Amino acid sequence: MIEFDQVQKSYEVGGRAIPALKATSMTVAAGEVFGIVGHSGAGKSTLVRLINLLERPTGGRILIDGENVTDYNAEQLRGFRRKVGMIFQHFNLLSSKTVADNIAFPMKLAGIYSRQQIRDRVDELLARVGLSDHASKYPSQLSGGQKQRVGIARALACRPSILLCDEATSALDPQTTQSVLRLLADINRELGLTIVLITHEMDVVRRVCDRVAVMDAGEVVELGAVSDVFLHPEHPTTRDFVFESENIDRDELQEDLSHAEGRILRLTFRGESTYKPLLGKVARESGVDFSILSGRIDHIKDTPYGQLTLSLVGGDLDIAMAALKAADVHVEVLR
Amino acid sequence: MENLLSNVDWLEIGWASWDTLVMVGLSLLFSVLIGLPLGVLLFLTGKRQLLEQPMAYAVLSFVVNVLRSVPFIILLIVMIPVTVMIIGTSLGVAGAIPPLVAGGAPFFARLVETSLREVDRGIIEATQAMGATVRQIIFGALLPEALPGIIAGITVTAITLVSYAAMSGVVGGGGLGDLAIRFGYQRFQTDVMVITVALLVVFVQLLQMAGDRLVTYFSRR
Repeated sequence: MIEFDQVQKSYEVGGRAIPALKATSMTVAAGEVFGIVGHSGAGKSTLVRLINLLERPTGGRILIDGENVTDYNAEQLRGFRRKVGMIFQHFNLLSSKTVADNIAFPMKLAGIYSRQQIRDRVDELLARVGLSDHASKYPSQLSGGQKQRVGIARALACRPSILLCDEATSALDPQTTQSVLRLLADINRELGLTIVLITHEMDVVRRVCDRVAVMDAGEVVELGAVSDVFLHPEHPTTRDFVFESENIDRDELQEDLSHAEGRILRLTFRGESTYKPLLGKVARESGVDFSILSGRIDHIKDTPYGQLTLSLVGGDLDIAMAALKAADVHVEVLR
Repeated sequence: MENLLSNVDWLEIGWASWDTLVMVGLSLLFSVLIGLPLGVLLFLTGKRQLLEQPMAYAVLSFVVNVLRSVPFIILLIVMIPVTVMIIGTSLGVAGAIPPLVAGGAPFFARLVETSLREVDRGIIEATQAMGATVRQIIFGALLPEALPGIIAGITVTAITLVSYAAMSGVVGGGGLGDLAIRFGYQRFQTDVMVITVALLVVFVQLLQMAGDRLVTYFSRR
């Protein structure tokens, strides 16, 4: 469990303190995939580096499994860092070492593993990330996705309990992003590892995260379960991210809505209700006619969801609303 | 042909070449032994680096700059008392080595500092995040990553030392430069001058080729 207790960080620039992270308190539960989303410069990079103290906080405490790591001395800090894996946007592999040697590197640094242990662990990890055939290649001979897999294997070498991902998929193409995210999700499930992932893409959060914190100007402006934050964003920044990830142009949307007749509702289905043949039934029972203005069915991590924007004309609107709500559909009246 | 190279004593040339080789070889060895740690120290104490120490950096940097800004011919003369103190004489092959190292080591140190700065900061950060000590970061990540650059630096330093070694002939340093000055210049034996210069050109070419090959071999990019 990672607890932030009034943690803040500011940088000294020309004698003035510029805040990068305003006092923040939050908790990341053990075993969850926690996303931090924000535009560049929002402070998410600082936040993730505070966890393994690559950045020292200028105030507050960081507790990992109840221990205040900000109090650690140099030796304790190094021991702690071995239990926290980290992967990076630009992979940061050593170009002078082979794939196998890159993965073995953190184990060698730790100085507590035998040669045989290192060799076995490297083989196991290579197999886990699907790179057994590439053990003696150099990073320059690999594709971006393969490099990130090496990065992941390296981060897991010393069996960490926390994995930090710093824009781990931002330099990858969509397909490779997909497969790297799947690997992260699998690892989270198999090893029960806590993953803290920072990204500027809401889509990454939607696919793998359990909970998400949205950051803006050095502050966490919204925090909650991904499905809540994603389907019912409150803060303007969160809304921007959600619209962006759904490729919705807000002006265009307003334009479309202004042409529609009657009431406009947005329905959000989650889980099982996504697949139920609900609309026809409601229309028959209440006598309303509806047209679909926009819609989308997708997944948030493993949960299916659907979101429909409808315009309703005629019939008994109250009965329709009641029927929808009774079927566990979230109804929002847009007009 | 006989007339063209009438002044050339090939045995003399052979010995002089050997002397040049020894001077360059030994001074290169000491330049690397002193310059490498000095360069690492310059890098580490530099701004926003692992062991940032503005005062230490300023002092080191000043000393390196002074040694590098003194023209080598002046350094040769200024170093004479120091050389006598260390070696016992300022003449011959042995006497040429201390001034060569005084010129070569700071030069190489700067090249090391530059090639360490070329190493991606992300690699240092990643190594830190693995729980590495500063020592482990230097020997496990920084030096291996900068190795091609450091080898290129050794090549450039070796070539600089070839020309410095030739210059040391002026103060009785021995080697091909000494031969060129005593016979080629002072006795107007142009043929000796041409041969020595040609040998130096070949020597430099060979050094550059060997250096380039090593750089290619150690570059995994």
